[in-house]
Amino acid sequence: MNRDHPTALNRRTLLQLGLATGAAALTTRVSFAAPAASDARLVFIIMRGALDGLSAVPPYADPDYARLRGELAIGAPGGSDGALALDGYFGLNPGLAFLQQAYVERELVVLPAVASAYRERSHFDGQDVLESGMTQPHASQTGWLNRALVNLPATARVGRQGGVALAQNVPLVLRGPAEVASWSPSVLPDLDDDTMRRISERYASDPLLSRRLAEALSTGSEVAQAAAPAMASDAAAGASMSTVAPLSPVVRSTAGRYTETVRTAAGFLRRDDGPTIAVFDTTGWDMHFNEGGAQGQLRTRLSVLDESLRTLKQTLADVWPRTVVLLATEFGRTAAANGTRGTDHGTASAAFLLGGAVAGGRVLADWPGLSARSLYQQRDLKPTLDLRSVMKSVLHDHLQVASRALETEVFPDSRAAPYIAGLLRGNTA
Amino acid sequence: MFADEAHWLRSRQRPVNAAAAGALLVWSYASSRLNPGTTVSLDYSPAIAANRFGLGAKPGDLAAIGTDARDWLDAQLHGPAPAVAGVGLRDSAAILREAGEVRRQLQAQRRAASAGGAVPASASNGVPATASSPGEVLALVMRLPQLYRPIYIGEVQARLRNAVATDRPWVERLVYFWSNHFAVSIDKLAVLGIAGTLEREAIRPHLLGNFRDLLLAVEQHPAMLLYLDNQRSVGPNSKLAQRAARRDRTLGLNENLAREILELHTLGVDAGYTQADVTSFAKVLTGWSLGGGEAAGGMQSGTNGEFLFRPLLHEPGTQSVFHRSYGQSDQAQGRAALADLARSSATARHIATKLARHFIADDPPPAAVARIAAAFERSDGDLPQVYRALLSSGEAWQAPLAKYKTPQDYLLSIYRGLQLPVADAPRSIAGFDLLGQRQFAPGSPAGWPDRSDDWDGASALMKRIEFADTVAQRLGGTRAVADLGPQLLGANYSDATRASLAHAASDAQALTLLLTAPEFLRR
Repeated sequence: MNRDHPTALNRRTLLQLGLATGAAALTTRVSFAAPAASDARLVFIIMRGALDGLSAVPPYADPDYARLRGELAIGAPGGSDGALALDGYFGLNPGLAFLQQAYVERELVVLPAVASAYRERSHFDGQDVLESGMTQPHASQTGWLNRALVNLPATARVGRQGGVALAQNVPLVLRGPAEVASWSPSVLPDLDDDTMRRISERYASDPLLSRRLAEALSTGSEVAQAAAPAMASDAAAGASMSTVAPLSPVVRSTAGRYTETVRTAAGFLRRDDGPTIAVFDTTGWDMHFNEGGAQGQLRTRLSVLDESLRTLKQTLADVWPRTVVLLATEFGRTAAANGTRGTDHGTASAAFLLGGAVAGGRVLADWPGLSARSLYQQRDLKPTLDLRSVMKSVLHDHLQVASRALETEVFPDSRAAPYIAGLLRGNTA
Repeated sequence: MFADEAHWLRSRQRPVNAAAAGALLVWSYASSRLNPGTTVSLDYSPAIAANRFGLGAKPGDLAAIGTDARDWLDAQLHGPAPAVAGVGLRDSAAILREAGEVRRQLQAQRRAASAGGAVPASASNGVPATASSPGEVLALVMRLPQLYRPIYIGEVQARLRNAVATDRPWVERLVYFWSNHFAVSIDKLAVLGIAGTLEREAIRPHLLGNFRDLLLAVEQHPAMLLYLDNQRSVGPNSKLAQRAARRDRTLGLNENLAREILELHTLGVDAGYTQADVTSFAKVLTGWSLGGGEAAGGMQSGTNGEFLFRPLLHEPGTQSVFHRSYGQSDQAQGRAALADLARSSATARHIATKLARHFIADDPPPAAVARIAAAFERSDGDLPQVYRALLSSGEAWQAPLAKYKTPQDYLLSIYRGLQLPVADAPRSIAGFDLLGQRQFAPGSPAGWPDRSDDWDGASALMKRIEFADTVAQRLGGTRAVADLGPQLLGANYSDATRASLAHAASDAQALTLLLTAPEFLRR
C-alpha cells in the first residue's frame, strides 16, 4: 500500500502563506500567545459519505480540471455559474457563500487536498479511521477527540462535560474514558422526579446504565433550556435560507435539523461551564449519480451546510472569536466524473478550518495537480496533507494539548504528520 | 466443550456426506481441546430464546417454549418464512408503475411550461423543473413523496403488526437481520416507496433457503438497483456508450453496487479484493437494470418496475473478479460471479461474524465464528444449517444479557410484551423515529451498526426512559404488572427489579420501572 505523506509544504505555498521561508516553520513550537485555554472552543463537523472536494473547492485553474470533470466542472469566478473567488487558482462551490465571506474576513483556511491515513475506499472503514485517529480501521474503540479531552490542561476543564455530541449516541470520535454528553431533541414529556429517582436507584448496580443516566441528567434540562430560546422552528429555518429556492421537503427538513443542531451546540458552547468540544454529523455527501456542478444536488446540500455555519457564527456571538470549527470527510471522490454524472469513491478531499480563532484567508495546499501522472492510482486526487497534521496543530495550539500526549495517546504513529504552525490567530501575532 | 452441543446438532442435522460428519467430529475435538477439562452445563433458557433469538417474549411464550429452548427455535426454521399480510400492500412493480406515471405527468407539465416560456428552475432533489412560481415547483416535486409516503407507512405498520403477533419470532428476527445486511435507506427518495418490498419480495422468500438465491434475489430487486444506482451504469464499450459518444455524450460506469456487494453483502472489507476487482465487477453488472424509463438512455422497454437485463448497456468481454475469470455473455456473467462470491470462504466468514455479533456478543468468540463459517461452507450456503450451527454454539447460551437492545429491539419487545395495538394512523410508527431508528432508514448501505457503543448513548437512554414512561402512563393500571416481569423476562428477571416494582407508588410507575429495567434494555 502506497502512503503519501507530506514531508513539507512547497516553497510557493509557504511564501503565499507568509508563514516562513523554510521547513523550520513546520516544526513543533509552543505558543505563548494563544488565548486562555479555558476559553477555547472546538467544533468538529463530520461530513459522512465522502465529500467531493473537487466540487466543494474547484481548482478551476488546473489545466486538467475541466476535461476530467466534464459537466460537473465549475468555472472561474465571474462567469455565469462560476466558482466563488478565493486565491485565483481555487474557488469555492457557489453554494458556499458564507464560507467565502469568512475567507475574506480571514476566518477560513481552505485545505483542498487532505486525507487521513486511510487509503482504501470503504466509507465505513474510512470514517472509522477519521474518527479514531489511528492508521488502520478498527484499531481503537476510542476517538481522538476523547483522548484529547483526557489530556486537556487542568485549566481547560471548565465544565463537567468536556465534550458534547449533538446526537442520541456518541460517535466514535468522542468515545472513550472522558465523560461526554450527548443531546438530541425530544418531544416526549419529562418524568416525574420520583420515578426518575427510582430508576436511578435501580441502575446504581449497573456501571454502564448508571454512568449514562448521570450523563443524561447532568446534560439535562438546565443546559437544554439554555439552548432552547435560540432554537428556531423548521419553518423559520426554511425561511432564512438564501439558497436555490424552493427546497425539496427532504432538504428543507435537513436544513431545519442542522439549524436546530447548530443553535443547540452554540447554546452549550456559550455557557461558561459548558463543554470545550462539540461534534455533529452531516450526511448525504455520497453522490454517485447526478451530483451536479455549479447547480444541483451537491451545491444544494453545501448551501444548507453553509447556512447552518452562518447560524453557528451568529449564535456563538461573543464566543466565536475563541472558536475553531473543523469540517472533514472520510475521503474524496474520483478526479473524473463517472458514467452517471456523479463520482465514485476516491482518496484526497477538501477540509475546512473556520472560526474567529483561525488565522484564515488562505488556501493551504501543496497542490498535486490533476494530470494523469499526478493522480493517486491514476484515479484520485493525491493527498498532500495529512488530516492529522491539522488536527494535531489545532489541539496543540488551540486547546493546549501537550505534544507528548498528542504523539503518544491522541495520534499514535503520526510522526509522518508534522505540525503546521500558524493555523490560529494567537500564533501568527 | 459444551455438554450436549454436538449431540443436539447431530440429532437435527443429517450429514450430507461422510466428510461433513467428519467435520463435525473435528469441531468437537477442537472445542474440547480449547477448553481442556471443562464441561459447561448450559441452561437452554426460554428467556434467552425469546429475547435474544426472538423479538422479546409475549405473555405465554416462555411457558410454551419447554425445557430445551433449542427445539422451539429449531422448529421455527421449518417451512417457508411467513409472508407479511397487510391491507393494501402492493408489489414493487405496481408501485414503480404508478411512480413512472407520476414522472411522465411531471415531464409533460414541464414541457408545457417551458413551451410557455417560463424560466427553468432547478429543484433541489435533482429533478429539474420549470414552473411559473416556486410554489408550483414545490407542488410538482412533492408528488412522488406524496405517493410513496403512505405506502411506506403501510409497510412499516404491517411489519410491526407481524412482529407483535408472530409465533415464529426467531424467523422474524432473521428477517430483520438480513434486511439490515442488505440495507437500503429511505433517505434516497427512489427507495421510500419500495424499501418494504425488498424485504417481502427478496428476503422473506429466501432466508430459509440458500444464501446464493437470497443474494441473487436482492441484487436483482428494483429497490437495491435503484438505491445503489446500477440501472444507470453503462459499460464504457457497450453499444449504448458508443452511440452516445457519436453524439458527444459520455456514458460509463457507476461503481456503487459492485463495491457494496463485495464489501458489505459478500466478501467483507478485509477479504483482499482490489479497486480493479471493483471496477471489473461493475462492468460485469452493467445492464442489470429495470424495465421502464428509469435506465440510462431513458429507453422504454421491459415491464415497468421489474428486473430487466439490458444488453445495450452491458460491457462486452471477459472480466476478472477476485481471482476468477468470467467470459460469459449477458447476465449469465453476473450470475456466475455472484454465485462464486456467495460460496467464497471470505463470504462465509463475513456472514458468520455478523450472525455471531448479532446473536452472541459485540466481539464474538472466534470459535463460534469459525463453527458457523464452517457450517456455511460445508452446506454450500444452506442457511438453516448455518442457523443451527449458531443455535448449537454454547456461547450463545451463556451470558444471558450480552447484547444491548437497539431502539428497534427495544420498541418491538415493548409492543410484543404488552401486545400493544398498532393503529392505522401514521403516529403509530413514530416510536421508531423518537428512539432513533426510523425503519428502513439506516442512512447508508452498511445498515445499522450492531454494537452496544452505537446505541447506549445518554441521550438515547433518556429517550427510552421517557418513551417507556409515556407508554406506562397511557396504560395506567390496565396490566397486571407484577405478573409481567416473570412472563417477559423469565430467568433474567432480577431480584432487584422485582423489589423495585414491589415498592412502586402506582401500577403505571411499576410498568415504567419494568420497561426501563437493566434486563429489559438488553437481550
